[in-house]
Amino acid sequence: MTAGDENLGEMLARRGFGRRGLLKFAFAMTASLALPPALAAAMAENLAAAKRQSVIWLSFQECTGCLETLLRTDSPTIAGLIFDFISLDYQEALMAASGSAAELTLRQAVAANKGKFLLAIDGSVPVADGGVYSLTGGKSNVSMLEEIAPDAAAILAIGTCAAYGGIPKAYPNPTGAVGVEDVITDKPIVNIPGCPPIPEVLSGVLVYFVSFGRLPDLDERKRPLAYFGTTIHDQCYRRPYYDQGKFAKSFDDEGARQGWCLFELGCKGPTTHNACASLKWNDGTSFPIESGHGCLGCSEPDFWDQEGGFYTSLAGGAGPGWRESGIAAAVGIAGGAAAAFAARRKTPEAQE
Amino acid sequence: MTLLAFARGPAMQVATLVLIVGMFWRLSGILLLRRRVAHAAARNPFAVRLLGGAVTIVTRTIPRRTFWPRVGAGVALSYVFHIGLFIVLFGGAPHILVIYELFGVSWPDLPKGVVVVASGITLAALILLLVRRVTHPVLKMLSTPDDYISWVIVFLPVATGILLSGETIAGYGTLLALHILSIEALMIWLPFGKLMHVTLVFAGRFMLGHNFSRKGAAT
Repeated sequence: MTAGDENLGEMLARRGFGRRGLLKFAFAMTASLALPPALAAAMAENLAAAKRQSVIWLSFQECTGCLETLLRTDSPTIAGLIFDFISLDYQEALMAASGSAAELTLRQAVAANKGKFLLAIDGSVPVADGGVYSLTGGKSNVSMLEEIAPDAAAILAIGTCAAYGGIPKAYPNPTGAVGVEDVITDKPIVNIPGCPPIPEVLSGVLVYFVSFGRLPDLDERKRPLAYFGTTIHDQCYRRPYYDQGKFAKSFDDEGARQGWCLFELGCKGPTTHNACASLKWNDGTSFPIESGHGCLGCSEPDFWDQEGGFYTSLAGGAGPGWRESGIAAAVGIAGGAAAAFAARRKTPEAQE
Repeated sequence: MTLLAFARGPAMQVATLVLIVGMFWRLSGILLLRRRVAHAAARNPFAVRLLGGAVTIVTRTIPRRTFWPRVGAGVALSYVFHIGLFIVLFGGAPHILVIYELFGVSWPDLPKGVVVVASGITLAALILLLVRRVTHPVLKMLSTPDDYISWVIVFLPVATGILLSGETIAGYGTLLALHILSIEALMIWLPFGKLMHVTLVFAGRFMLGHNFSRKGAAT
């Protein structure tokens, strides 16, 4: 039996994970994906029988932070092995091949897995000026996407840039950056936003796809409902303080030391859908709010251009400046004066 | 652009500018209107007339006892509504935060439970005031579209604020956007309808008391 014929059950057994371990993993994943526990046995069975899933990963206008965080497994977990188990057939930052050899690899991977591979994208797609702002081997990102996407089974837009345009799309967006869904409209797309996204969310989506042969339920923004169905605020351990009206007023006051709610310091948790507060980061160590800083809302569209910036509370907004307000006041006074003098002309009998 | 970003950004700017234009338009229009010249000699000196105006601001806060049977219920409901709105507006933590961000002044907020109860009472008073308006024969006849539009414009921020505090029928972001948009609708309507009494009520009473005092009438 060659490594290519090996299924997941056989590979895990070879690495020391038995059926019991796979079943425990399946129970954890069903809980993570908000699936009924009864599906765990079926998931374990399907996973054990699953073949390598081809994944072609294209990096567009990005910082490699998404890939970096997804690769940082701190122990050989089964989720890590799942990543090992997928056949990552093309990933420019990780593959040894380069130049024309890499281009050949891409063409071969697409041809060999036509209609079956998952197309993973990180980074936004610059479309201004024919997409010249980000090229790979002389090809623009947008032309690569349009060429390869029709052959994919589905697309995973990994990170806020791929999902919604992210930081490259921030005003004034000189490259015309957009998300994948703005370019490809006729393929199933899963958005896994976050700057960076939570690794467990990607492994959850992959496990679901490998187990059941379809994508998990998505919300209106094409995000996996199990991970993005609630806000950070809903799951936040500081939520009771919000309900009690106990807010930190600055980052070093008594409220901050007591761990009170960071709403007044600009926390965007109430409007940010993500699983940071439940899954946390660095092997469940903590997440930004637990570290004392408000949520930036990095998994929401246009988070970089929020009115008022990161440290203005959601209760506030951006009104006009003093100059505009002054002009408005002058217009008002002029209008009022004109109306008053018009009224004076109509009432000559009341002359002073 | 999300609905919340629209509410916190462009809509906030437009609403504020319309509010400023409208307020200055109305106030300058009133101040520059022709005043009738009083030819009769004043019964009281200037200082007494000022005092008369100030006293009237206070005495007109409660109707005379003779009128209580007819207007008592309406006045009581109005007071419940106004006091409730005052508590919500100046006691709620997010509202104080907005004021702080705008003007740099702040004060301790009330517990959220107190603000929620005050919101509920305010909303109930508003509904009862509408019921009274549409069932009272004289009040119904005197009512104009301005009254009903103003009622809706005030009702919406209170109602969306209660929904926002409970986060029940929609997500926080959507409810916050609706709450802010309803307040912006109020800001746009305020200078052009009867809600303008927010700025004119005390000035109007003062002028009335001043004129009464000039003529020697009781204030």
